[in-house]
Amino acid sequence: MLFKTSKASAPEHNQALSTSQVSSSPLHLDCELHSPDTLLMRLAGNWTIASRPPSVHDIENQLRTNKQLKKITFDAAGIDGWDSSLIAFLRNVLKLGETAGIAVLTDGLPHGVQRLVRLAAAVPERTGARKDSMPEPLLARIGAQAVNFSLGTRDMLAFIGDAFCAFCKFLTGAARFQRSDFLSSIQSCGIESLPIVSLISLLVGLILAFVGAVQLRMFGAQIYVADLVGIAMVRVMGAIMTGIIMTGRMGAAFAAELGTMQVNEEIDALETMGISPMEFLVLPRMLALTLMMPLLCLYADLMGILGGMIVGVGMLDLNVHEYFNQTRGAVTLTFMWIGLFHSIVFGVLVALAGCLRGMQCGRSASAVGNATTSAVVTGIVSIIVATAIITVICDVLGI
Amino acid sequence: MNNQEPHIIVQNLEMAYGSFVLQRNLTFTINRGDIFIIMGGSGCGKSTLMRHLIGLKAPARGKVFYGSLSFWDAPPEVRKQIMSRIGVLYQSGALWSSMTLAENIALPLKEYTRLRPPEIKDLVSLKLSLVGLAGFEDYYPSEISGGMRKRAGLARAMALDPDILFFDEPSAGLDPISARLLDDLILELRDSLGSTIVVVTHELASIFAIGNNSVYLDAEAKTMLGGGHPKKLLAESQNPKIRAFLTRGEEGLKPAHGKN
Repeated sequence: MLFKTSKASAPEHNQALSTSQVSSSPLHLDCELHSPDTLLMRLAGNWTIASRPPSVHDIENQLRTNKQLKKITFDAAGIDGWDSSLIAFLRNVLKLGETAGIAVLTDGLPHGVQRLVRLAAAVPERTGARKDSMPEPLLARIGAQAVNFSLGTRDMLAFIGDAFCAFCKFLTGAARFQRSDFLSSIQSCGIESLPIVSLISLLVGLILAFVGAVQLRMFGAQIYVADLVGIAMVRVMGAIMTGIIMTGRMGAAFAAELGTMQVNEEIDALETMGISPMEFLVLPRMLALTLMMPLLCLYADLMGILGGMIVGVGMLDLNVHEYFNQTRGAVTLTFMWIGLFHSIVFGVLVALAGCLRGMQCGRSASAVGNATTSAVVTGIVSIIVATAIITVICDVLGI
Repeated sequence: MNNQEPHIIVQNLEMAYGSFVLQRNLTFTINRGDIFIIMGGSGCGKSTLMRHLIGLKAPARGKVFYGSLSFWDAPPEVRKQIMSRIGVLYQSGALWSSMTLAENIALPLKEYTRLRPPEIKDLVSLKLSLVGLAGFEDYYPSEISGGMRKRAGLARAMALDPDILFFDEPSAGLDPISARLLDDLILELRDSLGSTIVVVTHELASIFAIGNNSVYLDAEAKTMLGGGHPKKLLAESQNPKIRAFLTRGEEGLKPAHGKN
C-alpha cells in the first residue's frame, strides 16, 4: 500500500523576499508509507520564509486515517536551502506526533536543523507564563474602572498635597532646587511664549471685534465694539487664551520631560539621593508658570485690544483716540484683577496637570505619549471648569 | 561552513563626527561563519564601528564591502536589501514598547514576507522558544526583566533569518549564567544556521569563549592595534595595550611574553 500527497506552494507567493537566495525550486513535500508503521516525509526544494510552508492539516488527516502508524521519519536529501520556516513546520509535525502518540525521528534531517529543533525544545514553556486571553466580564471591567478612578483621584489629591507642602517649604526657604532650572523654565514659559501668545490674542481680539461689529452696526453703536473687546479680553478671554496656549506649550512639555525622566529612572535617582522630585522638578516648573501666566495674560489683553482696534479703525471708521478713550472708560481695574486672578489659577492648574501626568508616567515610550495627551486634556478641562466656577462666584458676589 | 569566504570587508575606514576623527585606517575582513569580535576600551568607537557596518552611519572615508558590493556606494534600494538581511541586537533590546513580544517579532515578517497570520504565529513561537521565552508572546517589554528583553531582542533580530547577526554588548547587564547561556546560544546559532556573527563587547570571558576572529580598537592611537583569533592574539601579540586588555590589566602596560 502506498499513498502519496504532494503539496507545493503556489509560485506567486515566492517572490516576497527579493534578496533571498536564488529561489529556484519551490519547497516540496511528499509523504509515503515506508513500511506499514512508518511514514516517510521527503522534503525537497527551498524551505525558506520566502515561500509558504505546507499545512500540517493533510498530515494530520493521514495520521488519523492510518491507525497503524508508529513513527514518522524524514528524508531531506532534496533540500536546497532552509531556514526557520522549516523548523517551524517540523515543530508542528512534532506536536502532531506527540498528541497522536507517534514517534517523530529527526535523524534524517540536516545537522543544523536537528540542533535548532532541539534548542527550541530545550527551555520548556514556563507554567503560568502564558496570559489568559479570556475577556473580562463587563461588570468586572466597570468595577476596575471605578476602582481606577478612585485611585486616580487619590493620587491626584496626594500630588496636590505634596506640591503644596513643597511650596510651603519654598516659602520657608528650605526647598531644594536649582536656580538655573527655575530660570530656564521662566524663559520658556515667558519670553519664548510671547510670539504665539501675541498671534493668538491679536486674532481673538480681531474675531471678537468682527462678531460684535456686525451686530452693533445695526444700531449705529459701533463705538461699543471697544467696550465689548476690552471687557471680554481683560475679564476672561485673555486669561483663557493664554491658559490654553500654555497648556499646549508648557503643560505638554512638562509631562513629556518628566515622563521621559521617569522612563530613564532619573526620578528614581533623585529620590535615592534624598532629593525630593517634588521640590527639585515640580516646584520650579510650577513657580515659573504661575509667575509668568499673569504677565502673559496682561500682554494678551493688550494684544487683544489692539486686535479690536485694528477692526475698529480699519472697518468701523473710528479713530484711534476715540477707540482708546472708549476702552479706557469701559475697562475698570476690577476687571483686570479678575482677569489676573483667572490667570494665576490657570497657571497653577496647567502646571499641576503637566507635572502630575509626567510623574505618573509609565516606563515606556507610549506611556510618555499618553502622559502628554492626558496633561493637555486635563489642563484644558480644568481651565474651563475653573472659569465656570469663578464666573459663578463673581456673579454671586456681584463683581 | 567555515570556508574562509569573505562576507564583510572593511577597507581604510575612517569614522568621524564632524571634524572629530574617532578611528582611521581600519582594514579587516569578516569571513562567512565567523564570530567576529569588535573589542576595545570604553569610548574607542566600537559601537560606532557597528553603526557603520549596519548602515546607520556613513563613513568619513574608506569602504565597507558586503561580499563584492560596496555598501555605501550602492544605490539606496540595494542598501535596503542588504540591510534587510542583517539582524541587530541593540544594547538594551530596543524592543518597541507599545507592542507585545509577539508583535515585535511579527512586524518584520509582516513587512517583508507574504506569510499568513498562522504561519507568522508559528515562526514567532519558534523564535521565542529558541531564545528560551516560550509562552511569553503576549507580554509587553516593560513587563519582563532586562535579560529577557535582551533575549526577546535577539528573537526579533533573528525574525527574518538574517545572514549576519550583530550584537551590541550582548552580555552587558546580564548575570554570569545568563551571559554564558547567551554565548552558548550565539555559538549554537552560528553552527546550526551558519550565520556570520559580529559582536561588540569588552567581556573577556565572552571574547575567549565565542570569538574566532577580532579587531582591537584603541582610543588613543585612533586606529586598530591588532586582530585575529582572540586566543592567538593573547598568545602572540606583543602590543602592550592589547596584552593589558586581554589580561584584565594584569600584565600592566609592560610588554610581556605570552602565556596560555
